[in-house]
Amino acid sequence: MSAWIRIPLTSNYAAAYAAKDADVDVVAAYPITPQTPVVEKIAEFIANGELQAEMVHVESEHSALSACIGASATGARVFTATSSQGLELMHELLYIASGLRLPIVMAIAARALSAPLSIWGDYSDVMATRDASWITIIASTAQEVYDSIIQVYKVAEHPDVLLPAMVAYDGFMMSHTYEPVHVARDKSIVLEFIPKRKPSWNVLDPDKPITIGAVGNPDWYYEFKYQQVVAMENSQSILRQVFDEFSKKFGRGYDFIETYNMDGSDIAVLTYGGLYGTVVEAVDHMKKQGLNIGAIRLRVFRPWPTEELLKVLKELRAVIVIDRAIGFGAALEGPVAMEVLTTASKKGLNVALHSYIASIGQRTVIEEDVIAIVKKSLELLEKGVTITERSIYWGVRQ
Amino acid sequence: MSSAPKVYYKTVFDISKEEFFAPGHGLCTGCTVGTIVRLLLKVAGPNTIIVNPTGCLEVSTTTFPYTSWRVPYIHVAFENAAAVASGVEAALKALKAKGLIDPNKRINVIAIGGDGGTADIGFQALSGMLERGHKAMYIMYDNEAYMNTGIQRSGTTPQHAWTTTTPVGRVLRGKLQFKKPVAEIVAAHRIPYVATANPAHFLDMMNKFKRGLEVEGPSFIHVLQPCTTGWRFDPRLGIKIARLATETAMWINWEQDHGEFRVTVPVPKRKHVKHYIRLQGRFNHLTDADIEELQKLVDKEVERINKVVGKEVIGPVVE
Repeated sequence: MSAWIRIPLTSNYAAAYAAKDADVDVVAAYPITPQTPVVEKIAEFIANGELQAEMVHVESEHSALSACIGASATGARVFTATSSQGLELMHELLYIASGLRLPIVMAIAARALSAPLSIWGDYSDVMATRDASWITIIASTAQEVYDSIIQVYKVAEHPDVLLPAMVAYDGFMMSHTYEPVHVARDKSIVLEFIPKRKPSWNVLDPDKPITIGAVGNPDWYYEFKYQQVVAMENSQSILRQVFDEFSKKFGRGYDFIETYNMDGSDIAVLTYGGLYGTVVEAVDHMKKQGLNIGAIRLRVFRPWPTEELLKVLKELRAVIVIDRAIGFGAALEGPVAMEVLTTASKKGLNVALHSYIASIGQRTVIEEDVIAIVKKSLELLEKGVTITERSIYWGVRQ
Repeated sequence: MSSAPKVYYKTVFDISKEEFFAPGHGLCTGCTVGTIVRLLLKVAGPNTIIVNPTGCLEVSTTTFPYTSWRVPYIHVAFENAAAVASGVEAALKALKAKGLIDPNKRINVIAIGGDGGTADIGFQALSGMLERGHKAMYIMYDNEAYMNTGIQRSGTTPQHAWTTTTPVGRVLRGKLQFKKPVAEIVAAHRIPYVATANPAHFLDMMNKFKRGLEVEGPSFIHVLQPCTTGWRFDPRLGIKIARLATETAMWINWEQDHGEFRVTVPVPKRKHVKHYIRLQGRFNHLTDADIEELQKLVDKEVERINKVVGKEVIGPVVE
């Protein structure tokens, strides 16, 4: 009998299954569209005795992450999930969770930010957490949501890392659509990979009293923050180790980035989340039309995968970045595009970069859009445009 | 109304000599929160986890690499101590259930925060913790303004008090609004135990701490905390002013134990409020007529409390 069962799950449910199989001790979460089914499913697991955990039915996302911080600081393995405004309400605490070096894991059904109110998917919420010192993975399938949550527990709890981690996926397009997912028949196989041990982090223990969350004056604060820089750097190699180990143990391989049809392509489209599937489809269409374009998916957003990206960027003449959030007023308003550009500049690569913004507030993007974007970029390249003056707002009525 | 309050501390000799609040903190000379915390920890003992939101107590006791806390302590943010305490309590419960920590070990979870962190910005988190029924004790040390940022008005600042955001000017003179009745609002959550206390009546206060830790479910103790810096009085007068607060009935020490309400420090003969008011610079601008108005409000409140208790626990003003 296989250790895995294949069942239809949404990405939300995949997140809940991962939390269950990680045997989390405390869940504190507040419902928000489109994350809500995560909370409901976990409540169901607890009610059915499939998960032995305390669920703290908090009155806000601010309290959700606060309770997670308290529980994690007491030595519990904790889990939470949110979206959009909820993530914004947690914002202050994102920095405290990482500053206190607590291995909290959170799922994000990525959603647009108000105003105007939009319950629909985009990555404005995730991108706003850019500097909060959380390990950030953006998944593109429900299977990957499940697997990534298991992986990041191992990374977050590693003594050389001790940082919180989030796994994001498209609100609605992934959070509410079913895909076949392999989940553990019995959680013990998952717990072999992420065993529950004595906490590797400092905890509130009356037998060994410590003060957590002290005041850091100018003669100390900087060193605390630098230790976080080092931890984030360390997480690179730990992520690598964990991906390798996971693939060896479970046969499902993941990397910092994913590529498709890169052989012989000197132009590639880079994006993240569920939109990558659309890009891959578009690449196949274009191939039939005699146009050889590659696809790159950014999977690990923090720590930024410089080495892995450089390996593919150096083979390219141009990279087309489709961003799913807007960095208002930025030098280049596609947040990921800006970092890709910095990455290329680090090694002085002569690669053109075209920044596009699309799928904002879940404005539909289909294969034809991706093909049209590529065609637009081919024209721009012919005109000698190496870096787009500003980001191109695809599909907007101006 | 019939049964007597639980008494664990009858005299000073009942108080433990063990110290869990270390000397050398940075609180103002004459600050009464040090007294409150020192006695609190003597009641709670070593098997205690403290959650402390941002505020005077936090910044004065935890400047890295020093700490005044000999029990495990966590500070997270300003408005969320009750939520953090909820998480701590939930973790203890879960880890005990899974046998990851000794299930027979009783660990006190105590949140202690100022009036701003508790009753204003932290009020939502507090209400959530109470409604969910976590077994945690929340102590609000009420110095009646945002003292850590330098004496700005809070929801619990009393009417007329000068603060830097309710200055005494030509048009406006001090705070216009009444003090928020925090303990009563908490009591409306129908949690097992709610009390008000005052460090001048320290045995009464300690008995309340003990009772709060004993009950199953949440407890809340609202402690008056005279602030030398913000109330503008001589540092040596903190406890005297606290005592006068009770003697004038500006502050009434009561408890509500499983719905049963009682005044734990009866005041058979009251003093006039002027004795309390005139010692504090924050009320310097009040005229005799203003103080008489205040006296009338206190009289009314005393009448209400006596009615609730069903007998005269607070007597008339006898000069």
